Amino acid sequence: MAENKTPLTKELTKGILRENPTLVMLLGMCPTLAVTTQAMNGIGMGLATTFVLLGSNIVISALRKVIPDKVRIPAFIVIIASFVILIGFLLEGFVPSLYDSLGIYLTLITVNCIIFGRAEMFASKNGVVASICDAIGMGLGFTIALFLMGSIREIIGSGKWMGLEIPVLSSNPMLLFIMPAGGFFTLGMIIAAVNKLSNKKPPQELGCKGCPNAEACGKAGDCQ
Amino acid sequence: MKTMLVILLSAMLTDNFVLSKFMGICPFLGVSKKLDSAAGMGIAVTFVMICATLVTYPIHHGILVPNGLEYFDTVVFILVIALFVQLVENFLKKCVPSLYKSLGVYLPLITTNCAVLGVTVLNIDNSYSFVQSIVNALGAGLGFMLALVIFSGVRKKMEYADIPETFKGVPATLIAASIVSVSFMGFSGLFS
Repeated sequence: MAENKTPLTKELTKGILRENPTLVMLLGMCPTLAVTTQAMNGIGMGLATTFVLLGSNIVISALRKVIPDKVRIPAFIVIIASFVILIGFLLEGFVPSLYDSLGIYLTLITVNCIIFGRAEMFASKNGVVASICDAIGMGLGFTIALFLMGSIREIIGSGKWMGLEIPVLSSNPMLLFIMPAGGFFTLGMIIAAVNKLSNKKPPQELGCKGCPNAEACGKAGDCQ
Repeated sequence: MKTMLVILLSAMLTDNFVLSKFMGICPFLGVSKKLDSAAGMGIAVTFVMICATLVTYPIHHGILVPNGLEYFDTVVFILVIALFVQLVENFLKKCVPSLYKSLGVYLPLITTNCAVLGVTVLNIDNSYSFVQSIVNALGAGLGFMLALVIFSGVRKKMEYADIPETFKGVPATLIAASIVSVSFMGFSGLFS
């Protein structure tokens, strides 16, 4: 198998800006919208996902020559789910408040397409060290995006930020922003802003690359 | 009976899976361009949600709990759902080809859909009874279909709208979704 020749620093930094999984590749929309009512939850979710991504990338890249191609999807899912169970135990034991506020979305990290996508597109084709860099970069990119979303929604929606009171907004919070509708709105605005700043044409479709369902979605007519 | 109705309607309207719990966003944004594919996807998801609940509930209460293995829920559920969907797909292909033609393409899509895993886990978390779980799955599925069908109508109109260049595509879709979500906020407090 051809090893990737790009320098490791590039693998590390590409996830943060150029190929940011949430804002540029549009993967993992569910947790991005669901848990970002507070900046702190965004960081927690981002770091938990980074942990799972790191673990699964290491194991999958180490086993990439052992796992037969035909059963790779179930094999990846079992590996990812095992790390999700592990992070669930760790958070429940050490940070119970975060465990409670993430709730079911912690379990649903298992089906987050960022993790599956990186396993399929990167870890199953590259060595362990490169995969570690890729996981850290992508994880940080995801965490930053979630933190940004969480900050905007928390500042406007509840007038607070990481426990600090924001002078004018705290007396007139726009509750809509911490409601589900505000999540969709904020994400749409952020993606539009990213497009404007990077001078790119806005994405027409969701990021379906590496999604295990991409083929079926394509048949159904829309995802590319 | 009254609790059943409350569970059904709240899973469908007040706690709509897509618009207030954010599960299944990928198919919501991906397969909602045309009305028929939205309806097909919705029916397939409802069907798989009910089937998944039918299989995972006995597994959780019959096998995992007696052995103290509740924490294996995620792994077991996702594998069982994947296996079961495969089974249903093969069964439909062989026995009901006409149904397979209309629903078959959507089935493999659903194995790793977070709404399906979400509904099975939520049934366990809320400690619903077997019948309540099935009603909840039915409500969640119908709510998913409702959101997809409504949204496909909105998107059809959007095709003719003059949207600023920066917003064309996904940003505009997300903002439209936010407005649809506002309309579902009208249901909140229906059962309190």
